[in-house]
Amino acid sequence: MPRVVRRERLAPNIHMLEVEAPEIARKCLPGQFIIVMPDARGERIPLTIADWDRERGTVTSVFLAVGTSTRKLALLNAGDAVPIFAGPLGRPSDTGLFGTVLCAGGCFGIAAIHPLARAFKKSGNRVVVLVDVKADYLFYWKDRLEAIADDLVISSRDGLYGGTDFVPGSVGAVLAREKIDRVVAVGCTYFMSSVAEATRPSGIRTLVSLNPIMVDGTGMCGACRVTVDGRTKFACVDGPDFDGHLVDWAELYMRRKSYFDDEIRSLCAWEEERFP
Amino acid sequence: MSEKDEKATISPALAAEVLAEFEKDWRKELRRSMPVKERMKAGRRPMPQRAAGERNKDFSEVNLGLTAEEAVAEARRCLDCAKPGCIAGCPVRIDIPSFIKLVEKGEFQAAAAKVREANSLPAVCGRVCPQETQCEESCNLRKASGVAVGIGNLERFVSDYERRAGGAAVPRLPPSSVHKVAVVGAGPAGLTVAGELARLGHKVTIFEALHDAGGVLVYGIPEFRLPKSILVAEVEYLERLGVELRLNFIVGKTATIDDLRAEGYEVFFIGSGAGLPNFMKIPGENLVGVYSANEYLTRVNLMRAYDFPRYDTPVFTGRRAAVIGGGNVAMDSVRSAKRLGAERAVIIYRRSRTEMPARVEEVHHAEEEGIEFHFLTVPTRYIGDEHGRVRAMECLRMELGEPDASGRRRPVPVAGSEFITEVDLVVVAIGQSPNPLIPETTPGLSVGKWGTIDVDWATMATSLPDVYAGGDIVRGGATVILAMGDARTAAAAMDRRLKNGPAG
Repeated sequence: MPRVVRRERLAPNIHMLEVEAPEIARKCLPGQFIIVMPDARGERIPLTIADWDRERGTVTSVFLAVGTSTRKLALLNAGDAVPIFAGPLGRPSDTGLFGTVLCAGGCFGIAAIHPLARAFKKSGNRVVVLVDVKADYLFYWKDRLEAIADDLVISSRDGLYGGTDFVPGSVGAVLAREKIDRVVAVGCTYFMSSVAEATRPSGIRTLVSLNPIMVDGTGMCGACRVTVDGRTKFACVDGPDFDGHLVDWAELYMRRKSYFDDEIRSLCAWEEERFP
Repeated sequence: MSEKDEKATISPALAAEVLAEFEKDWRKELRRSMPVKERMKAGRRPMPQRAAGERNKDFSEVNLGLTAEEAVAEARRCLDCAKPGCIAGCPVRIDIPSFIKLVEKGEFQAAAAKVREANSLPAVCGRVCPQETQCEESCNLRKASGVAVGIGNLERFVSDYERRAGGAAVPRLPPSSVHKVAVVGAGPAGLTVAGELARLGHKVTIFEALHDAGGVLVYGIPEFRLPKSILVAEVEYLERLGVELRLNFIVGKTATIDDLRAEGYEVFFIGSGAGLPNFMKIPGENLVGVYSANEYLTRVNLMRAYDFPRYDTPVFTGRRAAVIGGGNVAMDSVRSAKRLGAERAVIIYRRSRTEMPARVEEVHHAEEEGIEFHFLTVPTRYIGDEHGRVRAMECLRMELGEPDASGRRRPVPVAGSEFITEVDLVVVAIGQSPNPLIPETTPGLSVGKWGTIDVDWATMATSLPDVYAGGDIVRGGATVILAMGDARTAAAAMDRRLKNGPAG
């Protein structure tokens, strides 16, 4: 059974999980995800791969502790077993040479864009990294991103990094300043749709890494269906990257919220059991 | 008749074996012990089952199984024909008269062992095979008197007896071969190939993408029809035969077929099964509360949503549930919805009752449990509320027209017959396309128009050397037993390949 090598809180509610998974570490590419289950009663949840070490044989993910299964994950510590850690799933992102690439990340996506930015840089692109945080204490992996980015733009509400722009404003400012050839965005649905809306007028190809609810994650169940350009796609095998200008965002919001009430019931039941 | 159906005859070698058993003295004696007329007089022993009003509220098994006395009485009905039809009706070619006559003699363990010679998953098949269109359809007693011997019920009886007596004895295995075999997918096909090749002494590893072995037997077929403990016992038996099981390993992703070849695996069997669920491409299918049957059943069975919130995975429990389709998967879905509390659980099927592909027993059980059937009806759109949750569906009535390619009369819409009905849970059970992961990541693997892997039906060999395939990944969507039949064919060819080299 895979074991946790390190679990660390990066920011309030945001955790990184490094797991011993040599086969996945050998294979994974930027943009792919793993399916993890924290214990035998947990849900199968998809997490974007944020980093890997092929030699040590470890894979790292960063997640927001929000539902029962992610809260359970946040309680794991080095040496603990993870019953299910399977992947790498999904199609890898296209990280070829485009010119100047804007990599936008928010929340757990700050970590998820890290391997993308690294790969784009390696392909010879100029890489602009845009990080969106509400406040400075939610910004993690600054050093890692600084080491890769030609330009690191921080969009924050608290004014500690300069302006107080929201994402669309920050993206607009970057586009006004220099010619961008490609945009990738990873984060919550609202963040990704905001980036896609901000680039829509310019028509710059904007890829988003969609995060619908999944169950098996291997192309069997169809839980992760999203509408792109009017057609139903399965994010786990057709994606997770899609053209942000063609995604039916309203449908994705709605489907993401499917189990809102059940998630609360589940958390209450788990808290009663775990913290009586 | 397509190539894949041409196997409905038995090989000369098997015919000779069956004849040798038929001519054994104890069989002759047994035949003489009771006149045929008397055997034909006795009625078929019904399968004891839990009361409909009790069982439709929980997930415990519906059928209870025959008692030993009932099994012996049922076995006496078998005429032990000189030319039995049943064996050719069985996709894995169980010597059915031999095992039934062992039951009649009271030698239940020996009967179970007889079944196991041809079938690696007898307790599963005794429960989920469509016997009425296979062995029991070809039963000579059915042809003579109208009611077949309860072959499936007897298969279930002997395998349950064997399990309760401590499980199947591991046969003396031949000296272990040096050959490494990789089986992709722990469903009915993969488990069968693994069992067959392990018995022949090969080193078999099964790679399974999900976290439990069984494939459709664990994520699809519900507990009330196939208890998980049955499957666990069958998988444990394979492990005792030396089969290694690697769960959470996605061939095509975690490692490709070529990677495994580099690791020393010599022959491969792909039984990766069903993939992307089919939808009708009508408006509203992505509304919240509209599931594919694969997702609905996976949540309920594999993820145990029926025990939410003890298990973390939720599933919608509709008040008014509609299941679209007329196959076994549709029956499993609608009966699950009823058990999870639906006041009305309805089957919507576009053809009429006689065209329904589901097992007769499942339809019968569903009716007893209060499931409603709406035949000659198709949904045309789903209607959502302000939160995007399905609240109603529009349907259209059909009538039967001329026969189509499948020989069944084609349903034709009745103009102006649209009507709207209230629903808050919809399960679409109209089949699936094969899983794309392996065809996509295996260069040179020849794939048909619908994404199924092309095979030579005589050996189940694919276009790639040493790579074989079977089950839904080659058939598109079939039954557990047809997958197992493919697997037996493939295992025999794989064994020849390992023993004789590429010329084999």
